[in-house]
Amino acid sequence: MAPFDLTATLGVTGSYLVYLGIGFGFGFILESSGFGDSRKLAAQFYFRELRVLKVMFTAIVVAMLLVFWASALGLLDYADIMVKETWLWPGIVGGLIMGVGFILGGYCPGTSLVSVATLKVDGMFFLLGHVVGVLAFGETVGYINEFWNSSYMGRFILPELFGLDIGVVVFLVVCLALAMFLGFGWIQRLIYGRGDPE
Amino acid sequence: MNELSDKIKYWNPYIGGALLGVLLFLSFFITGHGLGASGGVNRIAVAVQDMVVPEHVDKSPYLAAMAGGDVDPLRHWIVLEVVGVMIGGFASGLLRNRVRLQTYHGPQITPRTRWAFAFAGGILMGYGARLARGCTSGQALSGGAVLSVGSWAFMFAVFAGGYALAWFVRRLWQPGE
Repeated sequence: MAPFDLTATLGVTGSYLVYLGIGFGFGFILESSGFGDSRKLAAQFYFRELRVLKVMFTAIVVAMLLVFWASALGLLDYADIMVKETWLWPGIVGGLIMGVGFILGGYCPGTSLVSVATLKVDGMFFLLGHVVGVLAFGETVGYINEFWNSSYMGRFILPELFGLDIGVVVFLVVCLALAMFLGFGWIQRLIYGRGDPE
Repeated sequence: MNELSDKIKYWNPYIGGALLGVLLFLSFFITGHGLGASGGVNRIAVAVQDMVVPEHVDKSPYLAAMAGGDVDPLRHWIVLEVVGVMIGGFASGLLRNRVRLQTYHGPQITPRTRWAFAFAGGILMGYGARLARGCTSGQALSGGAVLSVGSWAFMFAVFAGGYALAWFVRRLWQPGE
């Protein structure tokens, strides 16, 4: 049953090729979706274009449904896949800082990579800043260690939080995505009198 | 580059999103974990740091866990994935004639101003991503799809931070009144 122990199955080189391949697909999709262009990413925060919301939530819903179905069919062991563990407050504060970084810098880490790959100078400055930021974190983490390791909740998923069956939560997430597509689209029409260009 | 020439060449966002969802599922199915980006950049940065000041890296518990002694920070899936992202982005851009040296900036600011803000935003993004233990790819997208509570809280925080500040910095991105 999936997931597989890649290194045991394919060897080190084989597993590296798989990761290169997954990365290739990821970069190709990001660039093809317009995410190498900071203006299109920032436009999300002014409701001018809703590409970020649409791509991201479609991806989350599709991946979630496939993971859920594959587990239900006994093809994939949900207990064996990596669910990001929760450190609630470091995640929220880090997220807020990144939101500010996003609107000032115009990219997130992944999108800045495809921007650099297509020779966008603003992406290069962003990536340079990103490197400075991670090095700064490495130098200062000693001072904020207590906070960084606070509010640890382990592998904690939404069905446990709400006390609901996982199938119900999956359904609710699909509803949330549809509601956001409609709601954001409605605000967009209110402001600009049109939907996404195209 | 005007807006008209831009918009004919990108995928429909729902199609791009669906493909990304399938890829994310395949990543979970084959490897057991989702996608990532900032962690790879972090490891490459720490690898360079380890070449320049190895004693310093060994002394910091956080850095030593990645690059202390004989540990090679580059021997990790996320580094390979980040390299793949660059190649994939380049290939996509090449096919659509988008690989060219240029600066994307809002109509009201100069490229130079854009560079300064991109650099500053990048610093915050790098710092925040380490604090949150992941970025938009690793936390929001990958953790969100498998229903991690922390990832959902993170995702709303990113959007909240961006939307809260957007109006005040609209001159960076919006057309003039």
